[in-house]
Amino acid sequence: MEMYEAIILTIITAATPLLLAACGELVAERAGVLNLGVEGMMIMGAVAAFAVAFSTGSPYLGIAAGIAAGAAASLPFAFLTISMVTNQVATGLALTILGLGLSGMIGDAYIGQPGVKLTPISIEGLSDLPYVGKILFSQDVIVYASVLLLLIVWFFLFKTRAGLSLRAVGDSHSSAHALGVSVRKVRYLAVIFGGACAGLAGAYLSLVYTPQWTEGMTAGRGWIAVVLVVFATWMPGRLLAGAYLFGAVLILQLHAQAAGVNIPSQFLSSLPYLATIIVLVLISRNRTLVKKNSPACLGKPFVPDV
Amino acid sequence: MPFKLQRREEHSAWMALFSPLIAVALMLATGAVLFASLGIDPVKGLSVYFLEPLQSAWSLQELVVKATPLILIGIGLSICYRANIWNIGAEGQFVAGALAGSYFPIMMVGWDGPFVFPAMIAAGMAGGALFALIPAALKIRFGANEILTSLLLVYVAQFFLDWLVRGPWRDPEGFNFPESRLFPSDAVTPLIIEGGRMHIGFPIALIIALLAAFYLTRTIHGFQIQVIGESPRAARFAGFSQSKMIIFAFAVSGALAGLAGILEVAGPIGQLRPVISPGYGFTAIIVAFLGRLNPIGIVIAGFVLALSYLGGEAAQVTLGISDKIARVFQGLLLFYVLACDTFIVYTFRRVGVVREAS
Repeated sequence: MEMYEAIILTIITAATPLLLAACGELVAERAGVLNLGVEGMMIMGAVAAFAVAFSTGSPYLGIAAGIAAGAAASLPFAFLTISMVTNQVATGLALTILGLGLSGMIGDAYIGQPGVKLTPISIEGLSDLPYVGKILFSQDVIVYASVLLLLIVWFFLFKTRAGLSLRAVGDSHSSAHALGVSVRKVRYLAVIFGGACAGLAGAYLSLVYTPQWTEGMTAGRGWIAVVLVVFATWMPGRLLAGAYLFGAVLILQLHAQAAGVNIPSQFLSSLPYLATIIVLVLISRNRTLVKKNSPACLGKPFVPDV
Repeated sequence: MPFKLQRREEHSAWMALFSPLIAVALMLATGAVLFASLGIDPVKGLSVYFLEPLQSAWSLQELVVKATPLILIGIGLSICYRANIWNIGAEGQFVAGALAGSYFPIMMVGWDGPFVFPAMIAAGMAGGALFALIPAALKIRFGANEILTSLLLVYVAQFFLDWLVRGPWRDPEGFNFPESRLFPSDAVTPLIIEGGRMHIGFPIALIIALLAAFYLTRTIHGFQIQVIGESPRAARFAGFSQSKMIIFAFAVSGALAGLAGILEVAGPIGQLRPVISPGYGFTAIIVAFLGRLNPIGIVIAGFVLALSYLGGEAAQVTLGISDKIARVFQGLLLFYVLACDTFIVYTFRRVGVVREAS
């Protein structure tokens, strides 16, 4: 394998969980719900996927378990923030704390156990193409799904009536309510979708990225996904670019560590977090750009008057 | 939905007082279910978790030791949250304070006397405050969301600590263990009882709680916080500066987290290690909410959350279950507190029944 191929393949591996989790968070935020529990839902997905794949031997059942666990983890958050109008920031933090604790408890039995790795699917003929074959046509099912999912989300949000309703709920919940859109129902569905995506992202971590269970293995990726949504200014297309850019930063510091660059490994390890902060600052500087697409009701609870 | 939320005409004083208690009760009930699902007798599980740690002098001291950083950090965070400013990176500010304060005992070997400890405290508070001012500055200057920047900086602080204790600050006589040298006697947090574990951090935390209670209820500046948090528009008309408040809230909460950090490494730990906190900075967020952002309430809440740590250890030793159960209880508690707080402002009414406004 060529060097560039190896690097691009690892970038895709690092970018995919970010893309999936950010894609789900984007939909939830477009509906006006800021869910800071991505990290917690993601790690619940990771532990559930590992446990089910380990006991059944099937990575595909693992994927299903990851999605289900992420969606289930989002339910208490959805109930509290949507039905009980609690503070979204604090409730999201509670979800992250709970997810990290619960996954640690469940995962204790699986520490050090060999994982089940999801194998790539080579598309006959196409995967032998020169230069791009291996990169584009020899990936595992989650990578294909992540790109497809993003396309579907884009199409749904901007080309369908239901997507328009969802954006209306995020931009002006009172107007949407007056027009007969069920604000609560839309928000519930958007939050659960976000949870399922975060769960799938977690499944990718424990089935592909490092096929084993380690406590806290999401290592802040859920938070990076939340920043990615701001970076993308709530636009799915930019999310793709952002996820691959962040994936590259995550991978390049690993390659630098492996190559024995004369910089302490801890500094290289903190690079992705610093890069995330810098990117957030750069994008926030342009306030009109952020304001233009940011859902106007983001983070605001909705209580109908009647 | 058969029931709908309806805003109360005025906040329920009864719920304001009892919502934390109801939340704790709900957490205990969920805990019983959790223990039962793990095949443990719920009564035994709960008593090992929540009562056993209260039954020996040693563990009562340990309770105070763990409550101290939670109270200190929680008070700082409550000032932020009252002003609707979201510092969630106290864990990083705790580390930053610990590092800044540890400079003297680690790098200035041989300096002793009565000024060492006060210098460490001052440096710890300054370190925590300066680290907290990074997200504050990024928020004011560039509009960067302080929730995300303060959280991401936690990772940066932890990697920096890891580098120091494995690199330049490692104990040269420590057989290559990733630890700093043990702090000399002049650089150690003074104990309350000789030979015990409780240190002067606890009385300091109590004094700070009283000062904060006075500040929040009896000063103009404390009142401004309330206005900025509850009605930013009114605050702007009144000429209160949002930027100044962001700087103030982050500086105070960072300084208190830094104080907690240096007290911890100079006290119960006695040196720097790669991990110096079991998540005090995050747990203090729960403390702040359980204490209803009230300094006196936070003192009580600090003990409840400190008990959750001790209970986790007891459950691991006695019941053989993972001590991660502490995080589960903590997360559940925050969920329940937030849910119960809703009833302070709202009440449920049946759909279709219109209540006459009095």
